Amino acid sequence: MDLMNWVYLSVVLFTIGGATVLVRRNAIVVFMGVELMLNSANLAFVTFARMHGDLDGQTVALFVMLVAAAEVVIGLAIIMAIFRARRSASVDDANLLKY
Amino acid sequence: MNAALLTVLPLAGTGDAVVPGSSTGDAAVFWVLAPIMVLASLGLLFARKAVYAALSMAVVMVSLGGVYVALEAPFLGMVQVFVYTGAVMMLFLFVLMLVGVDSSDSLVETIRGQRLVGALAAGGFLAFVLVALGRTAWPTPVGLSAVNEAGNITGIAERIFSRYVFAFEMTAALLVVAAIGAMVLAHRERSGERATQRTISENRLKRGQRMTPLPPPGVFARHNAVDTPALLPDGTPSELSVSRVLQARGQTLTTGTLVEHVPAIQEDMDPDGRGSRTHGARLDGKPDDTRPTRPEPHEPAGRSDRADEES
Amino acid sequence: MSAVIPMSGLQAVPATGVESLAWLLVVIPLLSAGVLLLAGRAADRWGHWLGLAASAVAFVVGALVFFSVLGHGAEERARSVAGFSWVPAGTFQVDAGLLVDPLSLSFVLLITFVGTLIHVYSVEYMAHDVDRRRFFAYLNLFIAAMLLLVLADSYLLLYVGWEGVGLASYLLIGFWNHRIEYAVAAKKAFVVNRVGDFGLSLAIMAMFVSFGSVQFDDVLSGAAGASETWLTVIGLLLLLAACGKSAQFPLQSWLGDAMAGPTPVSALIHAATMVTAGVYLVIRSGPIFEGAPAATLAVAVVGAITLLYGAIVGAAKDDIKKALAASTMSQIGYMMLAAGLGPIGYVFAIFHLLTHGFFKAGMFLGAGSVMHGMNDETDMRRFGGLRRVMMLTWVTFGLGWLAIIGVPPFSGFFSKDEIIHAAFEGEGLRPWVLGTITVIGAGITAFYMSRLFFMTFHGRKRWHDGTVAPEPHPHESPVLMVAPMVVLAIGSAALGPVLYYTGALESWLEPVFTAPPELEPVVNLDLVTAVTLLVIVAGVALAFLMYLRRDVPVVAPRGNALTRAARADLYQDDVNDIAFVTTGTAFVRGMGEVDDDLVSRGAVGGVTRSIRAAGAGLSRLQTGFVRSYALSMFAGVALVVGALLITQI
Repeated sequence: MDLMNWVYLSVVLFTIGGATVLVRRNAIVVFMGVELMLNSANLAFVTFARMHGDLDGQTVALFVMLVAAAEVVIGLAIIMAIFRARRSASVDDANLLKY
Repeated sequence: MNAALLTVLPLAGTGDAVVPGSSTGDAAVFWVLAPIMVLASLGLLFARKAVYAALSMAVVMVSLGGVYVALEAPFLGMVQVFVYTGAVMMLFLFVLMLVGVDSSDSLVETIRGQRLVGALAAGGFLAFVLVALGRTAWPTPVGLSAVNEAGNITGIAERIFSRYVFAFEMTAALLVVAAIGAMVLAHRERSGERATQRTISENRLKRGQRMTPLPPPGVFARHNAVDTPALLPDGTPSELSVSRVLQARGQTLTTGTLVEHVPAIQEDMDPDGRGSRTHGARLDGKPDDTRPTRPEPHEPAGRSDRADEES
Repeated sequence: MSAVIPMSGLQAVPATGVESLAWLLVVIPLLSAGVLLLAGRAADRWGHWLGLAASAVAFVVGALVFFSVLGHGAEERARSVAGFSWVPAGTFQVDAGLLVDPLSLSFVLLITFVGTLIHVYSVEYMAHDVDRRRFFAYLNLFIAAMLLLVLADSYLLLYVGWEGVGLASYLLIGFWNHRIEYAVAAKKAFVVNRVGDFGLSLAIMAMFVSFGSVQFDDVLSGAAGASETWLTVIGLLLLLAACGKSAQFPLQSWLGDAMAGPTPVSALIHAATMVTAGVYLVIRSGPIFEGAPAATLAVAVVGAITLLYGAIVGAAKDDIKKALAASTMSQIGYMMLAAGLGPIGYVFAIFHLLTHGFFKAGMFLGAGSVMHGMNDETDMRRFGGLRRVMMLTWVTFGLGWLAIIGVPPFSGFFSKDEIIHAAFEGEGLRPWVLGTITVIGAGITAFYMSRLFFMTFHGRKRWHDGTVAPEPHPHESPVLMVAPMVVLAIGSAALGPVLYYTGALESWLEPVFTAPPELEPVVNLDLVTAVTLLVIVAGVALAFLMYLRRDVPVVAPRGNALTRAARADLYQDDVNDIAFVTTGTAFVRGMGEVDDDLVSRGAVGGVTRSIRAAGAGLSRLQTGFVRSYALSMFAGVALVVGALLITQI
């Protein structure tokens, strides 16, 4: 089996995550799509770390996780705040900033 | 570094010429986990209910943890399970529950062309990147056995605390800021005076609201569950005694059905028919219209108590 | 003209010792000007003394440098003072450095010496002006700029000084700018000077194009091999610059109005030093003119025209300062004419420049002294008989008068006679024309200066007839004003003969200039001198008859057509108005309309309209739906990846 299969898998997951962001309206689900994209990137990092025999990839993946954790906290807090103000968790309802 | 590793690799004594990642075990892991992950992520994309989406996401996360272990990154695999599946996904679920399960969005698209163009973009992206990856010449995989010799955690720790120490320290600041930010975002300023017990009771008096606690549900021996209304002293069932959530969902026993049971129950309690007549005066099944109506009947479930206190 | 030989003096050797302090000449007055301008009212009490000290120190430094240079052999008297790399732009390199050679040192000594005297004079003259400190700041600024002008070793640095003196001149002409006509006069001087400055900047650009450098040594030694066309172009542009700064025809109109400035300014800037910068420029650029006979002839012609023009105007003016200003024009016309004669005239031009600097400055200070005693009256028809009340002024002014009209043995006789002689040398018609003009000019000079002198100091006292209020009480000026006049008068009397008989100036300047070719005069020069003296005597006699024997009316008679024209500056301002101001205004107005109609409403308006329309259209894309934005990002990423893929194939 080729190590590259993992990379292909990460591309597929990334695309699905992106499609989730594009298609779903529930802000939390959209957010999960973003998380999926981050995780697929991590998968690629880890795969390449193995391919090149260098732990840098894993280290970067660890940092990605850290940043993603911080991002989740803030993102969910924002979603909560918006929900409290607008009684809605739909990203389409927050559309006042427009022409 | 790569060159150095290439020279070190034979000394590591792996012996066989197996290219890392090409073993049968790896293939097995891939062919088991990859379809699960793709299917679960498709669940994220297509599941109607947000909770299902979150659960399929959790599946992906756990699977990724396994994948990391298989890819010679045991530390990352553990962190993935702990942090992502254990913390992040549970936080997601928690917020989902807080926001309301019933807010799951319909899959009807409201923006014209969004779904079509989105599918085209995603498909184009996938195709282009896959083709580009396929056209790329990759080096022979080196593997991490040499690097992980002192232990994967040790290796990562060496990097984090030497070369990437500044970045690592910055993540500490980032997390602190994120925590404070979450607190700021979730905090709600009190708009008025804090309501004391006295003001609450005074308000109740002014509005003519109910002064006593609500009656507890289900006092009948036959039905002591929360979905059963209590019977008032005159024998009428009290709707106040049942949770409004259950009422809104239509999951309570209606007073009508309950009344049907009343003669049989009385029969059970007093086979002689000598029971207290005073209690049976209104046991004709009609609801007691003289009772005060429930306040704010349209208030969403689970929020009315709070609104009362704040008003 | 003979073959062009680069000035030997320009092979400058690096300065040593005290000569390397030449920077101080520029820096000290500049610093003083900065201090005086920035210190504000706090410096009012001592500001004028600081200004005077700066000028005096500059003179001392100049004298030290002069004696140091004098100690070298004739061939080593050009010293270069290294400065700093000023414009290091690729192939265009300009170093800011100073060139200390006999020519520039002559100017340095004149500027600092006369300048210091005029500082002394101004302490008293401006004593009652609340802005005396500012006045001294400007004077110091002028000294610094003028020294930079003459000491610069490149045309670009010269240009800095050139603009600096223009600025100082503007500031000082408009010193009393609360009088609107003075402010207008300052503006006029500035604008007319700009015309000349354009000539200089274009000349510098032309030098860069043809020589690739603007340093004196590169340009002047390269002039020998340059094409005559380029040299003519550069020469004419330099002449234009000189005309603007030196008030030569056709850019002379500003000098008369420039008399709006305080009289010490007129003496220093508009008589002795700044207006001679054009002469300096022409002489400094000698090799260029030697390679361009047409430009040289143009210089001589301009000088000749201005010589007669100034003399005629000066004979009709009743304002003492304007008459002196016209005289300045005329005398600088002599210098330009001498400079236009080629190397043979350079030394005489400088000679006349130095003597003129003394006697004209002296006479201006005398005029200031008269005005000081006469409640700032400038109309000579209201003077008369001042000899008795202003004895010292009369004596010093009289020495200047004798010097300028060319009475032997005073300074003007030697310097002017030399120019007249030089004008008569050569072949063909040219010496006859130029020579005759110089002789006629000498006669008119004698007439108008005598007229001025007689009207002011002799004849009936026309200042206490009750028509002037308040009644002036003419008196001799204080010692600080008289002392500089005395010094300058001594110079007026003695400088000419001393320099002439010792031959000091010629031997001093000789290494700077090309050896003049031996030319035969067309007539006997002794005869020329005799005729000149006769003409001068005739001019004085005519003035004596018209303005001393006959009474001078207080109100000017209408006079004949020539007098009226001369009073109106020979209608130069009207010509300028019609030729430039009116047409220029009409042109600008037309361009303004074109700009409004085509550019503003058409092009610019069209651009704004189309951009606004495009913005309105594109803003429809701002739907507010974050998913739409995400879609455009994702599609963009897909397109980029696709594009990368396609380009790789």
